[in-house]
Amino acid sequence: MVDLSQYLPILLFLGIAVVLSTAFVFLPMGVSRLTGSHKPDAEKLSEYECGFPAFEDSRGRFDVRFYLVAISFIIFDLEASFLFPWAVSLEYTGWTGWGAMMVFLAILGLGLAYEWKKGALDWE
Amino acid sequence: MTEFFQSLGMTYEWAWFVATIAGILLIALPLMLAVAMIIYVDRKVWAAINLRRGPNVVGPFGLLQSFADGLKVFLQETIIPSAANKGLFLIAPIITFTVALIAWAVIPFNSGAVLADINVGLLYIFAVSSLGVYGVVISGWASNSKYPFFSSMRAAAQMISYEVSIGFIIVCVVLWADSFHLNTIIEAQRGHGLGFINGFIANPLLFPLFFMFFISALAETQRVPFDLTEAESELVAGYQTEYSSMSFALFWLGEYANILLMCALTAILFFGGWLPPFDWEPLYLVPGFVWFFLKIFFFFFCFSWVMATVPRYRYDQLMRLGWKVFLPLSLLFVAVISGWLMFTRYGGVA
Repeated sequence: MVDLSQYLPILLFLGIAVVLSTAFVFLPMGVSRLTGSHKPDAEKLSEYECGFPAFEDSRGRFDVRFYLVAISFIIFDLEASFLFPWAVSLEYTGWTGWGAMMVFLAILGLGLAYEWKKGALDWE
Repeated sequence: MTEFFQSLGMTYEWAWFVATIAGILLIALPLMLAVAMIIYVDRKVWAAINLRRGPNVVGPFGLLQSFADGLKVFLQETIIPSAANKGLFLIAPIITFTVALIAWAVIPFNSGAVLADINVGLLYIFAVSSLGVYGVVISGWASNSKYPFFSSMRAAAQMISYEVSIGFIIVCVVLWADSFHLNTIIEAQRGHGLGFINGFIANPLLFPLFFMFFISALAETQRVPFDLTEAESELVAGYQTEYSSMSFALFWLGEYANILLMCALTAILFFGGWLPPFDWEPLYLVPGFVWFFLKIFFFFFCFSWVMATVPRYRYDQLMRLGWKVFLPLSLLFVAVISGWLMFTRYGGVA
């Protein structure tokens, strides 16, 4: 049986952490207005570039391989989430459970090998 | 602690509430102090290896350097670039710092000294630490500037790549300890190696996983030699380029809190957490949290040591190591370790 009352401290911790970090972000804004260090101007607020105005929109195209990494990540992270409950119940599932998971791992291993062969993991 | 507040005449609910809040503050505030001091230690170790002095002006031996830096950024102006998405721009450091803090809720500092004693503590840490990628991606996108954008792309791909192998390494440890409960994992390591070494590190099957975990932890926290997201010569300051004042400092604090978390996790998973290194009676006289902090400090020293001595990887090398070396190896170890446990622990030959 899951003891949900143990999760309440985490929720409280989350609340305190959010309040603390929000205060850390917004408090200096107020302080800098009081001390007079808050003096924005157009040049200061422009985005960082090496001494000249930016040529184009910074949210340009990016390499498709980042996308491939994200897709592969979803597959293998999902696989890990299947492994977690299996890892603590090996005692009850016995050889059948172990064999089933090995078949699953083998299929994903094949997938990884295919991805590797196709060059999806190469960054030249 | 609840009993103490009950003895002051509170009802059980109020006593529990006050005790929990006190416990949270007892973790969060020393953690921030520890982060400030560990930044100082990092700079000192780095300086010593480079034969420099390091910070030595503010306070005795420069001990107050981090606090002077903190005060300085606190009084600075917060610059929000006009092209940025303002809401997201301010939320990103909040996410980073919050996530770095709440992961500590389940870390056991001693037998029983844990704020939230949940039975899937390791899974919780794994889940929370993978949320850290959102702060990085959002800051890079919201800055609307080239360098942060490229940096956050790199950081996201890097963090998720190494998270996969960290996940499989965690599965291996969980297989051996047969639990996700952090204190049970630590107890399983009592006298594990040759009957007197406390820690899975003495296990020949888990020993290589420790090195993979340590290197993955370096990559996950974007430390040298995997600090491509902040490669100064290419990307200025990475996704923090447009940040100033405390918003900048929150990324910094969050990063170091994550490094400490990874050190704590290494200590818990492979070095017996708050257990003394050897299962020998006199060593138990030293309180558990002292051993735990010593272990964290040792691994942090290793982090600093690596930072001062190892040159930076190229991005293709980083991805190659993650996907072509660690991922197949950790998958193999899951199969081998579970098979070994089936033979030796769960029934032998069917």
